[in-house]
Amino acid sequence: MTVTEVPTSAGGNPIGFGRMLRKEDARFLRGQGHYIDDMDMPGMLHGAILRSPVAHAYIKSIDTSAAEAHPKVKAVITGATLETLGLAWVPTLSYDTAAVLATDKVRFQGQEVAFVIAEDKYSARDALELIDVEYEILPPVVDAKKALDPGAPVIRTDKEGKTDNHIFDWEAGDEAKCDAAFAKADVIVSQDMLYPRVHPSPMETCGAVALMDKVTGQLTIWCTSQAPHAHRTIYALVAGLPEQKIRVVTNDIGGGFGNKVGIYSGYVLAIVGSIVTGKPVKWVEDRSEHLMSTAFARDYHMHGEIAATKEGKILGVRVNVLADHGCFNGTAQPTKFPAGFFHIFTGSYDYEAAHCKVTGVYTNKAPGGVAYACSFRITEAVYLVERLVDCLADEMKIDPAQLRLQNLLRAEQFPYTTPTGWEYDSGNYGPTLLEAMRIAGYDELRAEQRGRRERRAAGDTSEPLMGIGLSFFTEGVGAGPRKHMDILGLGMADGAELRVHPTGKAQLRLSCISQGQGHQTTFAQIVAQELGIPPEDVEVIQGDTDNTPFGLGTYGSRSTPVSGGAAAIVARRVRDKARVVAAAALECSPDDLEWKLGRWQVKGDPEKGKTIQEIAMLSHSSLELPDGVEGHLDGTCVYNPPNLTYPFGAYICVTDVDPGTGEVKVRRFIAVDDCGPRINPMIVEGQVHGGLADGVGMALMQVIAFDEEGNNLGGSFMDYLLPTSMECPSWELGETITPSPHHPLGVKGVGESATVGSPPAVVNSVLDAIQVRHADMPLTPAQVWRAMQGNPFRTDLAIT
Amino acid sequence: MQVTLNVNGQEVSRDVEPRLLLIHFLRDHLRLTGSHWGCDTSNCGVCVVWMDGEPVKSCTVLTAMADGRSIRTVEDLEQGGALAPIQQGFMNMHGLQCGFCTPAMMMTGQALLDRNPDPSTDEIREAICGTICRCTGYENIVRAIRWAAENATENTEVSV
Repeated sequence: MTVTEVPTSAGGNPIGFGRMLRKEDARFLRGQGHYIDDMDMPGMLHGAILRSPVAHAYIKSIDTSAAEAHPKVKAVITGATLETLGLAWVPTLSYDTAAVLATDKVRFQGQEVAFVIAEDKYSARDALELIDVEYEILPPVVDAKKALDPGAPVIRTDKEGKTDNHIFDWEAGDEAKCDAAFAKADVIVSQDMLYPRVHPSPMETCGAVALMDKVTGQLTIWCTSQAPHAHRTIYALVAGLPEQKIRVVTNDIGGGFGNKVGIYSGYVLAIVGSIVTGKPVKWVEDRSEHLMSTAFARDYHMHGEIAATKEGKILGVRVNVLADHGCFNGTAQPTKFPAGFFHIFTGSYDYEAAHCKVTGVYTNKAPGGVAYACSFRITEAVYLVERLVDCLADEMKIDPAQLRLQNLLRAEQFPYTTPTGWEYDSGNYGPTLLEAMRIAGYDELRAEQRGRRERRAAGDTSEPLMGIGLSFFTEGVGAGPRKHMDILGLGMADGAELRVHPTGKAQLRLSCISQGQGHQTTFAQIVAQELGIPPEDVEVIQGDTDNTPFGLGTYGSRSTPVSGGAAAIVARRVRDKARVVAAAALECSPDDLEWKLGRWQVKGDPEKGKTIQEIAMLSHSSLELPDGVEGHLDGTCVYNPPNLTYPFGAYICVTDVDPGTGEVKVRRFIAVDDCGPRINPMIVEGQVHGGLADGVGMALMQVIAFDEEGNNLGGSFMDYLLPTSMECPSWELGETITPSPHHPLGVKGVGESATVGSPPAVVNSVLDAIQVRHADMPLTPAQVWRAMQGNPFRTDLAIT
Repeated sequence: MQVTLNVNGQEVSRDVEPRLLLIHFLRDHLRLTGSHWGCDTSNCGVCVVWMDGEPVKSCTVLTAMADGRSIRTVEDLEQGGALAPIQQGFMNMHGLQCGFCTPAMMMTGQALLDRNPDPSTDEIREAICGTICRCTGYENIVRAIRWAAENATENTEVSV
């Protein structure tokens, strides 16, 4: 992409791409954000959910009489109530079913059992204590590796004829070709690895306010949704409510990270509660409820193998995965792909053969699985291949940077079709890795490491161990092409509507929804770039299904790749229409006009022209327009992306490890991202920063483990550790720019790149420091210390 | 029980339950929703407000404990229509994304600057480590507080 000088608005902002302070900050800085728990309405009631204290049990009885007698309680809803409405069980996003409230039995600790509606939230919580549930305890399935054992307790007894905990088998790639590649290999390295269950944990938990107007039949639900339009359609399909009378509104969201894609029991219960009471009902969960019941991520037990020649040329990769999906298969991902986009695990390297098999199983754990900035399981895929490459480097005693440089795809191979069928749109990988190595001072770091090792070998133990870890990732974002991708039958195209008002000020209506990504600013910049009007003149409207076009929402880094494409195209359509209007006003042919900096002007006579603002007024005026040209200056577009976009990057992590305690300090982290041109570099860098912190958290701290009784061991922030300012280094960023050939703006999306790419860099660094082939995340001091003793533990279970 | 406290310079008297948490009093009773609630265990720190000039996690303070005290929240940072330097710093350095932890981060950062007008980045990191941010990776929050330190002006900032 040629770099052109971007003009500046009177407000000092770029009319197009460039650093621009965020429009949304004005309200957040003043404490005037509008999050779900900030809502208050006259007569609003408050709901609270009673949850199962055990992982697996029959419900023998539920006595709600004492709770109903509480003076401030308005209603108590149980699974039996919902059965009468046909809402006790609802479809999941993966064509399974899930209980809104448990009826027959509970299947995970924290499962929803009853819903109390009271005048205030303290009373609602009090009344939960008054509900008496009698459970008959069943043995739980905690260890995914034992879920398919003969005689394992069957979790889904609600499914007729179900005699085991098997969900699906799925495979991708060419097994025979892969076997042939392995047969001719000089070196084969195998490694078991777990990407443990983690939870996205946005700082705002999930919540909803529902209001059913019984007179008009209008249902309004304000909620923490990353996909308001999808929610509306699903409510209509599941509950049989007329879709034209359902309005889903999402105002500000306090972080999403994929956790807020799905529909939770609490949302449905708030709706039912409003139907029952005739009042608005608010439900906002507490932190433990959030951690124990809402969408988790990962939980992939992987056995990977990598094959290479003795010269270090990688020939193939194969992997078997045991996927723990919890007790309901509720993953949120394109329907055709039960393992998400995991089969992109061939990564950034050039080899012919690859194969994966994935088996999904039920366990007595919360449902979910695709959440947390994972780009539909590319996180797991990148971790697998980047760990395997390091294992191969370790086996062959090759520098891991050298091994990567030797095998990275070359620029001339793009567009590149992977062994499992993805078509990478564009890439130029080598320079990106070299840039990361340059910023890091890679050779100097290795020299420093050698020095430390030599001094330690000579008996000087005063310095910590030093590790240098790399990862190179290829992401696939912007789901997606309708012919390949839908969720519950809804194709993943996004609409956009642009209205240019008579004075030349514009409103852009989008289906996606910001959770902190800065859409109000970035999308205004897109319109500014295409129409030549100041970004401060463009208002971006999102989150209200009554007021925005249909589309599938914000997750999988899809906003800029999909809605961004829609925004660019709709602006171009408006620009084309403006040309016709300008020609009518200038009494010339549209072909005689050329576009320059927000103005249609006569070729060869630039004095004669009309600005977009003048054209906007003319469009709404009495100016006579050519036959067939309607007035006004509005446009609509539905953008169906022809392919995913494939951002990529090279990350280097430097750690110091205390061999006495196992404590890891991330000393430096270098991240070079290539996401194509950057609409707002400030926002892009912020997105990368956040994802890097996530990577450090997952690699070193975060895990949701379970004990043998199925108790959730990560059910509060005292147990589920998130990185603070003390665990995070000062990030060092770089960039290369390889545009997408098919996106209207060449941009590729970046929201999840760092979360996807950074965990293996941290893990590779720690393992490089302690010179151990593998240990599973999180690399807590205990795990690092145990790994150094040759005895790493399983991080998904209680430590033994 | 009856409590009387000064909130953002205004005296407030209310009859409240003894168990009422300060964060709920501020948010639900006074409708000062700029301070947020994020966990029940004093770990996340998005509820930080000032009590007698000290940053406290208001999910772990009973309203009764604030009786007779002065509380200051994010709503009081802007004075006379001008943003405080700490607010300007967060905007200029992109120190916020979803905005949920931002009020707590700014109150914590300002409390640090009141005690230490020229903190090092290490001192800033230590000061803010009681509040979790999931969006920014902290780097730009550190830069935002440094910006406020370097651009401190007296006319937009009023101490409690």
